[in-house]
Amino acid sequence: MALLATAAAPRAAASRIISIIPATTEMLFAMGAGDRLVGVGTYDRFPPEVDRLPRVGALLDPNVERILALRPDLVILYGTQADLRQQLERAHVPYYPYVHRGLADITQTIRSLGARVGVEAAGNALADRMERQLSDIRSRTGSSARPKTLLVFGREPGTLRNIDASGGVGFLHDMVETAGGANVLADVKQQSVMLSTEVVLARAPEVIIELRYARGDATTTADLRAWDALPAIPAVKNHKVFMLQGEEFVVPGPRVVVATERLAKTLHPELFK
Amino acid sequence: MAASSDLRRRLLATVGGFAALTIAVCLTAPLIGSTPIHMSRVFDRTIPFADNVDAQVFFVARLPRVLAAVLVGSAFAIAGVVFQAFLRNPLASPDTLGVSSGATLGAVVVITFHIDTAVLGVSAVPVATFAGSAGALGIVYAMSIARRRGTSSTVLLLAGVALSAFLGALNRFIQVIGDYTDTFRSIRWMMGSLDVGSYTDIVVALVPIAAACVAIGTLPRELDLVSIGTEAAESRGVDVRRAERVALVSASLLTGSAVSLGGPIPFVGIIVPHIVRLIVGADHRLVLPAAALFGGAFLVICDVIARTAFGAAGMPVGAITAFLGGPFFLWLLFRRMR
Repeated sequence: MALLATAAAPRAAASRIISIIPATTEMLFAMGAGDRLVGVGTYDRFPPEVDRLPRVGALLDPNVERILALRPDLVILYGTQADLRQQLERAHVPYYPYVHRGLADITQTIRSLGARVGVEAAGNALADRMERQLSDIRSRTGSSARPKTLLVFGREPGTLRNIDASGGVGFLHDMVETAGGANVLADVKQQSVMLSTEVVLARAPEVIIELRYARGDATTTADLRAWDALPAIPAVKNHKVFMLQGEEFVVPGPRVVVATERLAKTLHPELFK
Repeated sequence: MAASSDLRRRLLATVGGFAALTIAVCLTAPLIGSTPIHMSRVFDRTIPFADNVDAQVFFVARLPRVLAAVLVGSAFAIAGVVFQAFLRNPLASPDTLGVSSGATLGAVVVITFHIDTAVLGVSAVPVATFAGSAGALGIVYAMSIARRRGTSSTVLLLAGVALSAFLGALNRFIQVIGDYTDTFRSIRWMMGSLDVGSYTDIVVALVPIAAACVAIGTLPRELDLVSIGTEAAESRGVDVRRAERVALVSASLLTGSAVSLGGPIPFVGIIVPHIVRLIVGADHRLVLPAAALFGGAFLVICDVIARTAFGAAGMPVGAITAFLGGPFFLWLLFRRMR
């Protein structure tokens, strides 16, 4: 009975938080709640302060024992981690399920997460600021022509094999559109699209932007020469194939503003002189 | 005399039939795709290649894919025939002795540790894949040499299963310690892909595949006899250990080359030999060429479906092979049983 009563009572602010998702970890730091974290996921790298915190596994291999030993009062996990959710429920540890979606969902998550951990004002302020900055980028590029853009986030170096590109949903797609590009795969309603060379030729992108973000990835822009095998693509013909490096492109947290701005500068260099 | 002319007739009919199928499939496949192209433009020399979209779709996007599919399908099918005959096990496949797992390990290592930065414009992934399969092949070869006379092939089979499981465990270990973005890439590689985009990879894979086919081509009688039993084969004058070594090395070479070209595409190597045996019988003089031709045609068909039926997003060819081949095999089996 006592337990039921606690569960039903309004939730108290969280002071011992574990976040195993890089995006939510960054959000908490950006809204000034980083000092409430007692554990982070294996893949968390930003901000550098995360290196001082214990690692408790990640999406595929959460270490429940280590999580419980840290006595968290809130665990932020990915929405699909059903086993972990069940185990936390049994241990009566509250959790916050998070899922990657579009750009608008990022600021929405920041607001709701801020309210949940007890820094509502800071969360709202961060979300407002990000929305303002994104809308600035949008209005800055709004009056220019929107080049047909292919956003590639995976490819086998040296070849055009195993190309993965952003489809018409998700934060990468939203970032391209905000930055003043027209995603050539906008009609494919998937976050990631396994792309064949034939489809690239057929879609004829005017700009190709490749993202590189893996730690230790030392590929240089020389690798972009692989595209020369398909000279009929307008982007290749007009030398509009670019490579952007940085983890901010694949972590849908507060740094998406920086990432979107870098995309906008690549797509519309004339507007950012 | 009568028997040999009868065989020649059957050989001609079988190989002719399968060859006609394979040639028809290979000629039709490059004409089919998600993008409409005009053949008159493809071969129009007045348009420079750099500006000719139709020609690039045909020569860069489609033709290498068809050639890679035919080569990979044939290699897996022949390797499957040889492994099934020599290990005397209908469930043996190109992966049974761990060669495919070794190849996968090579790919996962270079991807995870970023050793795959392109060298001279050539990706290190196929090279590492081939090295991995050669490593596994070395272990298999050592086992077959160490194997004493009279040891049953079950021992070799079990050793292969153990090696395969061990290499698979190493793969998973590396994927877990690696960064998630690299793990994503290696999983992507493991789905297999025939969109090779250049002819270099195909030529590189063709050399070992051709060598292995020549070696296996000397063995149909040995394959027939050994698949019945080693003692029977020995009593008919077959040097079983020598034949076995040639067969295992060649079949592993086929597997390694096929995996480095197209990735570990499942199903072709285990089921195509059985489909062919249901059609042509057990004589390896017929089974080997028929499996090579049918395996090639089968993978080309699967790849056409993979690249056309799912819109721009496509589908890994490995998802199609079992989806299409499974029901077809069951249908053949039921028809045979009635």
